[in-house]
Amino acid sequence: MDYKTVLTTCAYCGCGCGLYLEVLDGRLIGTLPSKTNPINEGKLCVKGWNIHEFVQHPSRLTKPLIRKNGTLTEASWDEALDYTASRLKEIKEAHGSHSIAFLASAKVTNEENYVIMKFARAAVGTNNVDHCARL
Amino acid sequence: MMKEQIQEHVKNLLAEGRIEGFLGLRQQGTDIGPHLFKSADELGDLSLGDRQDPGDSRYPLDKILSRLAFNYPTDTFGVLVRGCDERALQQLFTVSMLHRDRVVPVGFACPPELAEAHQCWKPFPEALVAGEPSPGVVGGEDAVGSQLGLLGKLQEWFDTFDRCVKCYGCRNICPVCYCHDCTLEEAALLPTGEIPPANPNFLMTRAMHMVGRSLCIYCGLCEEVCPADIPLKSLYRLVSKIVGQEAVTPEGLAARQETAGQSVDKAAAG
Ligand code: SF4
Ligand code: SF4
Ligand code: SF4
Ligand code: SF4
Repeated sequence: MDYKTVLTTCAYCGCGCGLYLEVLDGRLIGTLPSKTNPINEGKLCVKGWNIHEFVQHPSRLTKPLIRKNGTLTEASWDEALDYTASRLKEIKEAHGSHSIAFLASAKVTNEENYVIMKFARAAVGTNNVDHCARL
Repeated sequence: MMKEQIQEHVKNLLAEGRIEGFLGLRQQGTDIGPHLFKSADELGDLSLGDRQDPGDSRYPLDKILSRLAFNYPTDTFGVLVRGCDERALQQLFTVSMLHRDRVVPVGFACPPELAEAHQCWKPFPEALVAGEPSPGVVGGEDAVGSQLGLLGKLQEWFDTFDRCVKCYGCRNICPVCYCHDCTLEEAALLPTGEIPPANPNFLMTRAMHMVGRSLCIYCGLCEEVCPADIPLKSLYRLVSKIVGQEAVTPEGLAARQETAGQSVDKAAAG
């Protein structure tokens, strides 16, 4: 038997609450708020309390999907990235940079948000950048 | 000092092979969280859950233990307990979520100031390994009772309940909330997926479930976890008085557990 708790940060929003993931024999079984974290002081919202559920959830997407003839079909990362890059290029050429928008996320790191912002402005040439916290 | 006594005691339990592991608290840097100690080498990081103030970093160890026991029903575990944790263990034995033969409580006493802050009538466990028992505050919450009142100040309480964000934290953290299918998620009674929750149905349903079945052991973890600062433990104490079953008030619970359990002196001496 192997039970451990792993101190980490909630990935559901930008507040960054501290929590312990409970792991039993390699599987996530629960979440507990960190009592010592200065951000959340031992409290969580309903999303944070249930964050252990999505990681191993059977419905979680683990491979890219491309819609082919109306059906979502599993694809390799290379194929998905090539497809996305070429479509973004086509759309930009046909309709201009401002026909494209980027949706960043409060669930990822500052650095990742910086990269998507940079990609939008420098590579694609648009200021259309927003994020999930405004949805 | 108390910590060294607990460390020594647990070291012996592990060495004698009496327990598979010891469920306690571990300090990592400035963080304190639950940990299953499997070997004596790890015990250097043991914490009693006092970071800045006594008892400011408590976790529902009994609840975690019942999950471990569910998956490993024949193993015996040690567990760190304060007075309230031990009361929770008794409740979990009664509802067969834990088996008393497979739990070795390792207890320590809370200081008088914590008992005062928690209005706790028995701030020490029977299985006392470290610390001096302090007398506790019997009937102390009467003061809270007369200040707030429930029936006399219903509207004020309902206004307080309005702050509830339905995080379910009070249920999730509670060491004695053990139901697999929780009424608070029963769509026919309390509409699911709706915020704010029905007021007062949501919070009063929980209050009745905690008090009406004599489950609550007044540890106050629910109150501490509530992001809306709703004084849940005070609510439950008031409800227990209104329901009028002596056995379900803190004093009644104390009396009942005293007749059922061994005497403090015996436990302290052993
Ligand atoms: S627990 Fe809730 S408030 Fe805290 S970071 Fe997660 S989603 Fe945000
Ligand atoms: S409720 Fe009592 S036993 Fe529990 S932490 Fe408070 S003072 Fe200690
Ligand atoms: S005080 Fe709260 S957390 Fe503790 S047993 Fe009662 S309802 Fe549960
Ligand atoms: S912890 Fe507080 S906010 Fe969360 S469900 Fe319980 S009473 Fe409501």
